[in-house]
Amino acid sequence: MWKSRNDEKPSASPISPQSPAPAVPASTTYQPRTVETPKMESYRADVAHIGKSVIIKGELSGSEDLYLDGEVEGNIDLHDHNLVIGPNGKVRANVAAREVIVHGKVDGNITGVDKVELKKSAVLAGDISTQRIVIEDGAFFKGAIDIRKAEVKTTPVTSFGSSSSSTLLGEDS
Amino acid sequence: MGFFRKLIGGDDNLPRPSVRKLPRVERYSTGFEQFTKAIREYDGLSVLDLGPTSPANLEYIIGLGHRAVNEDVLSAASSGRYLVPGEEEGTTIVDVSGFLAAELKYPEESFDAVIMWDVCDYLPEPLVKPVVERVRRITKKHGVLLAFFHAREAASPEAETCYCRYHIRNHRLLELEPGKPYPLQRTFQNRHIENLFREYASIKFFLGKENIREVLLLR
Repeated sequence: MWKSRNDEKPSASPISPQSPAPAVPASTTYQPRTVETPKMESYRADVAHIGKSVIIKGELSGSEDLYLDGEVEGNIDLHDHNLVIGPNGKVRANVAAREVIVHGKVDGNITGVDKVELKKSAVLAGDISTQRIVIEDGAFFKGAIDIRKAEVKTTPVTSFGSSSSSTLLGEDS
Repeated sequence: MGFFRKLIGGDDNLPRPSVRKLPRVERYSTGFEQFTKAIREYDGLSVLDLGPTSPANLEYIIGLGHRAVNEDVLSAASSGRYLVPGEEEGTTIVDVSGFLAAELKYPEESFDAVIMWDVCDYLPEPLVKPVVERVRRITKKHGVLLAFFHAREAASPEAETCYCRYHIRNHRLLELEPGKPYPLQRTFQNRHIENLFREYASIKFFLGKENIREVLLLR
């Protein structure tokens, strides 16, 4: 009597490969709980991840790009690699990396060799030292900005966004 | 319904139009033009912006070759974290010393120029003089300060006195964007402004549009 319904297709779950455990120096003390794979469009398997439930106290360094969505208190140094602080990220540390993109909260100074980017959800209390800076409207920033000149080549400033979008600031402006 | 409105309290009880729906407006600013003229003469100055974070403002200051510092004083003052219980039960007062211990924490004579916008018109009363004095102390001698003041009474239509973010467009053009609904606390008379900044070496008044008084001071 009743027409059998086709089995509903199982809801597609994002296929996200298991992220390897982040490389953590032996001197760092942390209490890992559950590392959740972040959902981001630009996810790459070669990026280390720290999930939102992870809390790290101490020195955090590495030789690969890092997506940080947890809490870090101490110091972060990624040398020539990139750091993304996710929307749940809470950092109470000085940060040094090649590029730093902030979606979450940072209480500390940021040194981005190439670029520092504050997204609209960013909350930063600290100084920024970089060659180029991009600030989206809506970001909260309390501190100083020092633009450092490029040592090898100059980076031309290509565009400045409208007031409702981001603004790229660079040494050539 | 209109009868009941009048019985209760007249038109004041009608919901006010949302100021955030007001469009952004551009306005020329003679005060800002003079301010820019002063800071354009030199490179590598340290400029403090006391308004909300504005990418345009930071871009402009950095574009002139200066070091940009931003601190949203009004946001901190209105956050509620510096309210402490008052003497009377159920009241709160502003913890001025606590505020100054956490905000505007810079060494004396740190800045060559300070943009105060219209912060003084919206700050809680206990903070006005201490903040002005702190700004004076962190400004270098011969440094320049730009401040705006509303000239109308607080009972003016909300559209004219709503709190606005100032975005710098160029050396004499500003863009006003309706910001958070901070209430206008007061309107200063000229003599009050002169008294507030009496420690400064010189003061110049410019009258802008929408009855905004622009004040340029030299420390």
